[in-house]
Amino acid sequence: MSGVGAPVRTTGPPLPATLREASRPGRRACSFPEMDVPAVEVPQDHRRDGRVGLPEVSERDLVRHFTRLAQINFGIDTGFYPLGSCSMKYNPKVAETVAALPGFQRLHPHQPEETVQGALEMLWRLERALCEITGMHRATLQPPAGASGELTGLLIMRAFHEKQGSPRAKVLIPDSAHGTNPASVTLAGYRAVQVPSDSRGLVDLGRLEKAVDDDVAGLMLTNPNTLGLFEEEIQAVARAMHRVGALLYYDGANLNAVLGRVRPGDMGFDIVHMNTHKTFATPHGGGGPGAGPVGVTERLEPFLPAPVVGFDPEGERYFWDSDRPDSIGRVHGFCGNFGVLVRAFAYVFGHGRDGLREVGERAVLNANYLATRVRGAYPLAYAGRPMHEFVATAKRFRSHGVRAMDIAKRLIDLGFHPPTVYFPLVVEEALMVEPTETESMETLDAFAEALLQVAREAEADPTPLREAPTTTPVRRLDEAKAARELKLRW
Amino acid sequence: MQFAPHTDDDIRSMLEACGLASVDELYDHVPAAVRLDRDLAIPQGLSEMELVSEMRRLAGRNRNVDDVVCFAGGGAYDHYVPSVVWALAGRSEIYTSYTPYQPELSQGVLQALFEYQSMICELTGLDVSNASLYDGPTALVEAVNMARSATRRDRVLVSQGLDRRYLHTLESYGRGSGYRVDTVPLSNGVTSSPEMAEDVAALVVQHPSFWGNLEPVSELFGAAHRAGARTIHVFDPLSLGVLRPPGDVGADIAVAEGQVLGNHLNYGGPYLGVIAARSQDVRRMPGRIVGETTDVEGRPGYVLTLQAREQHIRREKAASNICTNQTLMAVAATVYMSWLGPDGLSEVGSRCLAKARYAAECLGNLSCAELVWPDADCFKEFAVRPDRAPRDVQRALFEAGFLVGPVADDESLLVAVTERRTREEIDRFVKAFEEAAS
Repeated sequence: MSGVGAPVRTTGPPLPATLREASRPGRRACSFPEMDVPAVEVPQDHRRDGRVGLPEVSERDLVRHFTRLAQINFGIDTGFYPLGSCSMKYNPKVAETVAALPGFQRLHPHQPEETVQGALEMLWRLERALCEITGMHRATLQPPAGASGELTGLLIMRAFHEKQGSPRAKVLIPDSAHGTNPASVTLAGYRAVQVPSDSRGLVDLGRLEKAVDDDVAGLMLTNPNTLGLFEEEIQAVARAMHRVGALLYYDGANLNAVLGRVRPGDMGFDIVHMNTHKTFATPHGGGGPGAGPVGVTERLEPFLPAPVVGFDPEGERYFWDSDRPDSIGRVHGFCGNFGVLVRAFAYVFGHGRDGLREVGERAVLNANYLATRVRGAYPLAYAGRPMHEFVATAKRFRSHGVRAMDIAKRLIDLGFHPPTVYFPLVVEEALMVEPTETESMETLDAFAEALLQVAREAEADPTPLREAPTTTPVRRLDEAKAARELKLRW
Repeated sequence: MQFAPHTDDDIRSMLEACGLASVDELYDHVPAAVRLDRDLAIPQGLSEMELVSEMRRLAGRNRNVDDVVCFAGGGAYDHYVPSVVWALAGRSEIYTSYTPYQPELSQGVLQALFEYQSMICELTGLDVSNASLYDGPTALVEAVNMARSATRRDRVLVSQGLDRRYLHTLESYGRGSGYRVDTVPLSNGVTSSPEMAEDVAALVVQHPSFWGNLEPVSELFGAAHRAGARTIHVFDPLSLGVLRPPGDVGADIAVAEGQVLGNHLNYGGPYLGVIAARSQDVRRMPGRIVGETTDVEGRPGYVLTLQAREQHIRREKAASNICTNQTLMAVAATVYMSWLGPDGLSEVGSRCLAKARYAAECLGNLSCAELVWPDADCFKEFAVRPDRAPRDVQRALFEAGFLVGPVADDESLLVAVTERRTREEIDRFVKAFEEAAS
């Protein structure tokens, strides 16, 4: 128990000085060969005056600095990371090994096609596999992230409707949707119209049917949805959309739950984006890179971004197919995050058909097991059976002056990355927990014990929650001050 | 391969705890009509050994730039990537972490991004950088959206010296956002004086241009400012040790392909979208921005800030839809820029300049080829018009062990010369070019 009056101090290691503070004039890390051609003067009116304010450090300084930064950062390799909606599963090391093969890593994007047949074969087979997993006809691998995939899908939707005569004006979105959905809708030139959830946490079919008219271009949905629940009336939802000629868009954030069990195409979806950094375990890199392939049904194929990979079975030759007059055009500078796609390929073909199905099954099993262990203290927001994640509410602790964020911060002191908090927005004091399939029963038990301990603390004496975290390099940070007194550079 | 650790006993006791008899029951509430009643038509999984063999076979069907000498450019360049870059950016505490939503557990990535933003500001001479975008072309789309929001105008003028991939990307996104893109023609290889009008939101100039030429960028931007437009400079980060930075030539917003900052060629991605701007547009910036603040004990620390711009708060009114960015590439760029330091940056720039000049002079002296813009100044890239079709020349050169390109138009191709190329390689290349082009 914390003593009254004695100020709490962090016991975590301090932050390193910035590289600017560590900089000393004349120190350097780089080296170059002897110059072997005549020097050239920069034309006077283009010449930069003075030196650029980059740090001057030795290579050893650099190594210690970034090693320190790595040590004060929490990754999946550090510990349990149940961040809901993010599928923070183990990232296989073999994927890093193969992505670093010079035959992938040292390819220039302007190489002639005949010199990159292995790369094109890889992309072709990955596209075929992703189409099989999602029940789609063809896919683009260009979008470099999930949100980019969303916008690509919506631009395809727009091009399709334009070809039918009118782009239409509205796209429907459930109130539990991720923020990228409405933001992408606006960028695609549509108006986002929110559809409420019903008392079960599912799309309110009656309200949806009322909102549907022939000015609706489509509906964006995750299934399982953002509350971790399966939209059981998905066929009726699809019928309601298709009846007025609208399209059904699948946000693949939660694809992990249904791998090998349910395919978006079989549910009636027309457009599907995937997040390779979620479902297919490509490392998220502290915020990116990702990749957001988009699959479509046959009637939407002409609108896919160009180029797509082509295969000529006669000559057994792969090529870039750029001659696509109805294409929405290019959505990435080259052919997408190729290096990420190599890792996704390794994941998909390494697991194979049974392995992928087991991934989904065990993700769902883990979430259900963990929910069962903690729901006495943290009731689920909705009664339905969770799929790969569950959303609990911490609102009963509010009477003790404890918020979901306090619980999250206390979990840090107990050695865990917190779940997603305050999302989805429709749940008060939401804790969104996604354990993923790569965690063991022992880890889930330890996390459950930690959550239950925090619940007991919240009721008895919430001081450790309010003061948490105390084991990190810094304690709670003043975000309001950061936005008020902008300091965005040294 | 399987990374789920469950034993049969684990599965049994977990199901039991859930009150279930089988794994199938977890999916009982899924309507039968939408369940897949067969196996996925994907081969059975592979052991790690088999997978590595298969990936080696695929990689082996490619010829890479270790097999040939790389004189290719057009937005992706064979600059040297020092060992220290990926030894550090490859630390798994960094690459297996998510976007830093819990700052106390993410100070490593947050501080690295704060240093990245600081170095991009130093490089560009502008006030503010974000924590990265996808790549150069998509960064330009975001810059154009900033300019539209600032000016409330809907037409964009782009120089014909802009890489077509940037133009095409801009056009794709314009279909949704409803802006119009018009081009400003070239004259003697550089952008001619633009016809500015009251409806122009932004003038976009790539400098050095797609053709490699140095543009009269200060004059162009001056004209745009007089008409109330924003100015967008598409720049090469490695030119800024020797060339005047965007902030000094009148750019309001600067975007770049950051691949050259310590990132591998990767057949076109993952790369790094760099964007920087003046303070006037800080609230229009897209994506993550890291800020310094203090904790409850008054110690300095870092957080994601100005989140009121972003999609998870503003939803349909957000400045951009970006969520996942290219943080890892930004961390690599931070290590690389620190490895270079101020002297290394100008060293790389001077070497590109000198070696490209040397190669251009040698190729310009051949009787079977001519420089497309002999009077223009270039930085590290230039266009050559061979006597034979450029695509044939490119193929023949590849067979001879040299990669050039891209093919720029029906008559010409680009040649890029980085600091890595030696005089001996350039001499051999010129000889091979002579054989391929005549």
